[in-house]
Amino acid sequence: MVLQFQPEGIYCPAGDFYIDPWRPVSRALITHGHSDHARWGHGSYLATGAAAPVMRLRLGDISLDTVDYGETRQIGDARVSFHPAGHVPGSAQIRVEVDGEVWVASGDYKTTDDGFSEPFEPVACHAFITESTFGLPVFKWDAQDDVIAQINAWWAGNKAAGRFSILGAYALGKAQRILANVDTSIGPILTHGAIENTNEVLRAQGLSLSDTIRVTPDTDTKANAGALVLATPSGMNSTWVRRFGQASTAFASGWMSMRGHRRRRSADRGFVMSDHADWDGLNAAIKATGAERVFVTHGYTSQFARWLNDQGYDAGVVETEYEGESLDAADAEVVE
Amino acid sequence: MKRFADLFTALDQTTKTNAKVAALAAYFRDAPDSDRLWTIALLSGRRPKRGVTTTLLREWAAEVADIPLWLFEECYPIVGDLSETIALVLPPATGSSDRTLTDWLETVRDLGTLDMDTKKQTVLDAWATLPPIERFLFNKLITGGLRIGVSQKLMTRALAQATEIEEATLAHRLMGDWTPATTTFHDLIEAHDPEADASKPYPFYLAYQLEDLDALGPPADWRAERKWDGIRGQLIIRQRQPYLWSRGEELITDRFPEFAIAPDFIADGTVFDGELLAWDHAADAPQNFNALQKRIGRKTVPKKLLKDAPVILYAYDLLEYGGEDLRTLPLDQRRARLSTLIDALPPDAPLRLSAQLPFQTWDDLAKIRATSRDHAAEGLMLKRGDSPYLAGRKKGDWWKWKVDPLTIDAVMIYAQAGSGRRAGLYTDFTFAVWNGNELTPFTKAYSGLTDAEFRKITAWVKKNTLQRFGPVRQVTPEHVFEIAFEGIQASPRHKSGVALRFPRMLRWRHDKPVQEANTLEDLKAMLETYG
Repeated sequence: MVLQFQPEGIYCPAGDFYIDPWRPVSRALITHGHSDHARWGHGSYLATGAAAPVMRLRLGDISLDTVDYGETRQIGDARVSFHPAGHVPGSAQIRVEVDGEVWVASGDYKTTDDGFSEPFEPVACHAFITESTFGLPVFKWDAQDDVIAQINAWWAGNKAAGRFSILGAYALGKAQRILANVDTSIGPILTHGAIENTNEVLRAQGLSLSDTIRVTPDTDTKANAGALVLATPSGMNSTWVRRFGQASTAFASGWMSMRGHRRRRSADRGFVMSDHADWDGLNAAIKATGAERVFVTHGYTSQFARWLNDQGYDAGVVETEYEGESLDAADAEVVE
Repeated sequence: MKRFADLFTALDQTTKTNAKVAALAAYFRDAPDSDRLWTIALLSGRRPKRGVTTTLLREWAAEVADIPLWLFEECYPIVGDLSETIALVLPPATGSSDRTLTDWLETVRDLGTLDMDTKKQTVLDAWATLPPIERFLFNKLITGGLRIGVSQKLMTRALAQATEIEEATLAHRLMGDWTPATTTFHDLIEAHDPEADASKPYPFYLAYQLEDLDALGPPADWRAERKWDGIRGQLIIRQRQPYLWSRGEELITDRFPEFAIAPDFIADGTVFDGELLAWDHAADAPQNFNALQKRIGRKTVPKKLLKDAPVILYAYDLLEYGGEDLRTLPLDQRRARLSTLIDALPPDAPLRLSAQLPFQTWDDLAKIRATSRDHAAEGLMLKRGDSPYLAGRKKGDWWKWKVDPLTIDAVMIYAQAGSGRRAGLYTDFTFAVWNGNELTPFTKAYSGLTDAEFRKITAWVKKNTLQRFGPVRQVTPEHVFEIAFEGIQASPRHKSGVALRFPRMLRWRHDKPVQEANTLEDLKAMLETYG
């Protein structure tokens, strides 16, 4: 096996390295900077150049080497390269080739272009390791333009009614995706500190984000009446939001496609937007790899693997500690 | 149906009551009469008879979505709503429709009369035509139970705003045995004719649980009765006919033939409010709830059951007499007339006067309350002597003062995900007590924890599953919960030998190790004392 599933993570014996390990190891290849994939405590890290700044922000002073997309590295007997996963800026699928056999660990991915992250590229392989966060046929995303139009209309309506628009979104990825796409002529955009820290890092590496105002205890909310407020999901449930007074609340997440989840959040609105592939996206991505073997790591794993077997793949479930898109996790602001 | 879908969207997009009422009122001002009437019907629980089984709907949806049925079945518990699951798996609609809500409801109503092929084609055509929200609502209309976060009370308030008819008046007009097929918006709401529906009940006055005894003022202002564990009912005699209504606004006259003789000795234009109880005529006291339970849901009553569990109305209020609405009179006056009326009835009449309990001080009353379980009562009802009979649940004049629940510490052993707004959260648990070294399950409970606690336990369940049985997960016996319940009965159908009434989780006992949970002996001792 080119890659093996060990208690520490996904392991490559030919190169003696792990991919997105969840226990401390000496050498880790990281698909992207979300905290369930890029964990603290490894001896050395390898990631794309675009993923590196956020990892340094979150993990501090780590031994981190970077590669470009498409660049090939020889590690022991394995040939390794990173390819865009379309999940967040810098996110990658990691291709590993040993003796002509190719495996791809895709981390988290989405197949549609968000106009912001490097778009997903299918990588031909013999075995594909896939997530299945939204691996059921009830999950089908609307086009991003439609969702952004809904957000713009909601924001403009609130502003006209003298209300703030508080939108819960993950600190890395979703928040910036919204920033990069909303209509900034509607009004000012305020941000929670955890989101603004990520913004600063991404701006510094050359990504174009709309102007934002970091919310601090001194922020004059009156001067920014009707602003769009980007909050972390946990910030939405805390006293942090109280300073805004009259406000409409919303979440942007794939889970918002289900009414039960939306109602449980007690938010006024739910915008269906995810950085994970929907049902059709997952199926198309797997088909495009030409893989015969598929390993399903997190999400609706047993259902999705059974479906893939029905479709003629040799598919199985692999237990990992990846969390996907969870609104219920305690540290939801850093997990996606 | 677009207008109705817009209303649904507006209601669904806000958590604020005022915004909901405003959206509904706007709808009631603008919608055509027949749509308004149907909307009132739907929001007050009146719905067309189901013409398609949910099994067929699932099969058709899987077929149209081109997925195997097992995959559809896997999706359903995750979405937590069948209509929504169907709407989500179907491919995008290809056509469009400008048919009205009424028009679609007539389609839904007539489904039952169609042959299988036509029935299927009708449903599939609707799915192919309707955009996502209307498609979801169409499924809801077929399967029934359109719950959209609007209570009947809220709907009535919005209708009052739109029609400028007083809310209490409207609440009364909306009661009773009407359907959109038997009346019109004009007849029901605007040109109300009291003679038109002899069976029409009054809105029930409902009490809240007592918050602060000291805030009630002088004891002399208050009347106390025992609160019995029966079925709240309203008995109406009009046009020489008896009509019996449950609190859930269900006409249940046929299930209680005891009341067929009531018009023989009670004059027309008389309405009682009281508790339906299975009565022990020898002891002149209520039988336990078990006896009444055998009668609930039985449309035809076998002779033996009628003899073993005869039902009476334990009357505590008189709402109408001589055709006159008495609800604005003070309770003491209504009660005086009620007492005179019941005293004059023959002994075989199926009515008793609810006894008032004499007391001088609140301490006296607390002592009486403490004996509730000995009388198989749930506690006390407190009513202000000068109170009118109000409509709906109101604070101030009436209070229920229930006894504290029984409690037991139990171990959680199985968990199952909830539905609706609890979809994807583990909220339905099975609890066990120790039987030697084994854990014997004895009850399920679904409520009593906060959303935050349910989220916490959900994360724990996912990591501590021992075994899966379909949607049910067996979990490591580790967490102890204090289970509260209102009563306990012997039950040979249950492994534990007992069945609880209204079990719920009172507290998550983080402080209690699993070994210190209660035992089956403890439970049996409670059965001995309170069963």
